[in-house]
Amino acid sequence: MKTTGHRLAVLLPYRPAPARMSVRIGPLPAAILCFCAIMAASTAWAQAGPTTLSPLQVIVKWSPLLLRGFAFNILISLLAMLLGTIAGLGLGLALLSESRLLAAVSWLVTQFFRNAPWLVLLFFVMFLVPFQITLFKTTIPLPDWIKATVGFALPVMANVAEVVRGAVRSIPSTQWEAAESLSFTRRQTMWLIMLPQCIKRMLPPWMNIYAIVAMSTVLASIVGVSEMLTLTAQVHAAEGGRPELFAPLYGFALLCFFLYCYPINLWTARLERRFRVR
Amino acid sequence: MATSWTPDQPIVQCVDVRKSFGALEVLKGISLSVRKGEVICIIGPSGSGKSTLIRCINALQPITSGSIQIEGIEVTDPRLDKLALRRKVGMVFQQYNLFPHRTALQNVMMAPIHVLGQKRAEVEARARALLAKVRLAGKEDTYPGELSGGQQQRVAIARSLAMRPDIMLFDEVTAALDPETVKEVLVTIRELAEDGMTCILVTHEMNFAREVADHVYFTDRGVIVEHGPPDVLFTAAKDERTQRFLSQVL
Repeated sequence: MKTTGHRLAVLLPYRPAPARMSVRIGPLPAAILCFCAIMAASTAWAQAGPTTLSPLQVIVKWSPLLLRGFAFNILISLLAMLLGTIAGLGLGLALLSESRLLAAVSWLVTQFFRNAPWLVLLFFVMFLVPFQITLFKTTIPLPDWIKATVGFALPVMANVAEVVRGAVRSIPSTQWEAAESLSFTRRQTMWLIMLPQCIKRMLPPWMNIYAIVAMSTVLASIVGVSEMLTLTAQVHAAEGGRPELFAPLYGFALLCFFLYCYPINLWTARLERRFRVR
Repeated sequence: MATSWTPDQPIVQCVDVRKSFGALEVLKGISLSVRKGEVICIIGPSGSGKSTLIRCINALQPITSGSIQIEGIEVTDPRLDKLALRRKVGMVFQQYNLFPHRTALQNVMMAPIHVLGQKRAEVEARARALLAKVRLAGKEDTYPGELSGGQQQRVAIARSLAMRPDIMLFDEVTAALDPETVKEVLVTIRELAEDGMTCILVTHEMNFAREVADHVYFTDRGVIVEHGPPDVLFTAAKDERTQRFLSQVL
């Protein structure tokens, strides 16, 4: 019997063709898509009547305010990232500490803040931190946006700590031995030999965290910070809350965030590719 | 006890050194002594504990029992200042282990500056001289990734020498090299030995061991089977295990 030449299709397991789940949209088409959404709404409006402003006119009219709000989002994200990175570096080093107690405590802290919803953390900071603190008879006011920044810095800290820990762990142990045999202290080894080698490895994940923080800053609208989303809602209300303005106004916010975050992600992916080939 | 050492006593003295990893005993009572200026080679089949032994000598790994003294300093002393000990003992590894983010010159300069706190200008002059000595003048500003294995290993030797150690440990330093670059590293080590540096080498280069060593130790399965001057050991080994090993590698 010679059956070797043919593979009996009936007996083969059914394999569905691999579905391509990811839809890749370039930055330009995506921006055009957003823009079209705004325009479509505008043209729909054009037939309604001349007395009120078209959605596009509304956006143009309010864009200085809205963009100022967006700048505030960026400011919050940058400060949160700065705070979170400094704290995260410390926490990451604590995770790598030789002291079991310190390592265990920092592990708990890291896991807690990594696995808590950002909004819940934000609420906690908003309501637990007083609106002002008095130090040595000087009263320092703590406006909402500062508290929100701290609220975002907490999860950033935990995520950065994990990035630091992972990067240092990924350096071959032979580097530790070489440093040890040259009498470097643990601290010197960390700062002179380990961390400088880690920067390349840490950069892409760190930028990923930043893009997420930038997008998450809109959560601050829920706790009353006058950032872009809050302002968008206020503009919508000021224009009479017309339903046809909803999509264009929020579309504008989407567009702003997209145009800001997409290049960061693109750059991150490029760095990842470059660093992989060593 | 550290103060009682004089140069006429052994610079390294191991007595009944035992080392276990869990249930596996890797060193089963090793005793050896090295005098100042001596070059000793430790040979033997893979897994016989050679590398473990020299890693124990500079306290990279703790021993289970026994005693190791470096210039009279007891390595097993729990109050041992490991950093002080390692300043006396330089070590070169099989995989070079240079710091990839620093140039050759910086690799050599780092430890004297940061560990010994010496002046940068003085260290730099010494580092350049050392790189020239290992025939790497002109490669000062090159990063390790751009150097060949043999060149990297010579930078590693210069890096250790920059700390002005009294003893140098070489852990199979030519095992990862291309055959054509082995020689340049061996030449460097031989010059070092001729300068009077105390050297302990774990090596598979039998001809080199024969030529450069004052004393050769043959280890197998965690014990020293036999030791003696190379002329004797390589030509008239008494133990059957030594004979078999030598017949395989020579």
